[in-house]
Amino acid sequence: MNRVGENLAALAAGVVFAIGLALSGMTQPAKVEGFLDVFGGWDPALAAVMGGAIAVHSLAYLARRGWSAPLVAGTVWHVPLRKQIDARLVGGAVLFGIGWGVTGYCPGPAVMSLGTGSSDVALFVASMAAGMFLYARFERWLASRQHAVVAQAGRA
Amino acid sequence: MDPSTLLMPALGGALIGLAASILLLADGRVAGISGIVAGVVSGEHPEGWRFSFLAGLLGTGIVVAQLWPALFVNAIPRSPGALVATGLLVGIGTRLGNGCTAGHGVCGLSRGSTRSLVAVLVFIGTGVITATIVRTQFGGAV
Repeated sequence: MNRVGENLAALAAGVVFAIGLALSGMTQPAKVEGFLDVFGGWDPALAAVMGGAIAVHSLAYLARRGWSAPLVAGTVWHVPLRKQIDARLVGGAVLFGIGWGVTGYCPGPAVMSLGTGSSDVALFVASMAAGMFLYARFERWLASRQHAVVAQAGRA
Repeated sequence: MDPSTLLMPALGGALIGLAASILLLADGRVAGISGIVAGVVSGEHPEGWRFSFLAGLLGTGIVVAQLWPALFVNAIPRSPGALVATGLLVGIGTRLGNGCTAGHGVCGLSRGSTRSLVAVLVFIGTGVITATIVRTQFGGAV
């Protein structure tokens, strides 16, 4: 396992991702808000960002088809395989859309914008991290409860 | 509107796509920022590559903020309560729905995932409704 290479590639990806966010204007929440506010002087920039990103990244998925394993690290592709469209997916997207629609921050630009030292961004990111932490706890509690129910049913 | 104003967004987007491609082809990982952050803060997947990616993202943020602070202008003034509430919504929502603008929007759509397409349509739709309500009902101040 090439740990150094794996980390260097991830570091490079983080740097390039950040440069892309800054150049595209996505670290300016008003640009995001301008895209979402379609009825008030719509700014289509976010659509161009998504288009540019997908144009490049879909090529990587095409290239991957010929490869048995990642180039630098690991032997498997950690790519989501889930297919079902359920209430969890839709409900999560609704909650995210509301939060994103109010402040104009999604996780990537928010983490990068921590670099400005803004206390508003820090408060947002800390709350986001807290939400993720609480959700992970909730999921673990739910799983342990299901376990207990199954164990009890087994005894009965 | 002048189409050349979309050139930088598209170019920046292409770099975001390149970054996601580096992470995928080199490490076999998906560049979903919410998933990367959650793996670390939940303590469930504290793998090194996540810290390295986040160090690159945040480190570049620090450097760019020093060199070109204008790239971070246009923050929307929000009350502390709104920042906490929306932060929680983004944190919980992206975990419940397994992805954000990067994970579902960039990576999922590039992969041709129907799940991601549904998520993207829902969060953009909800975002549009929310942004419209904030502007029309609250005069843009929350």
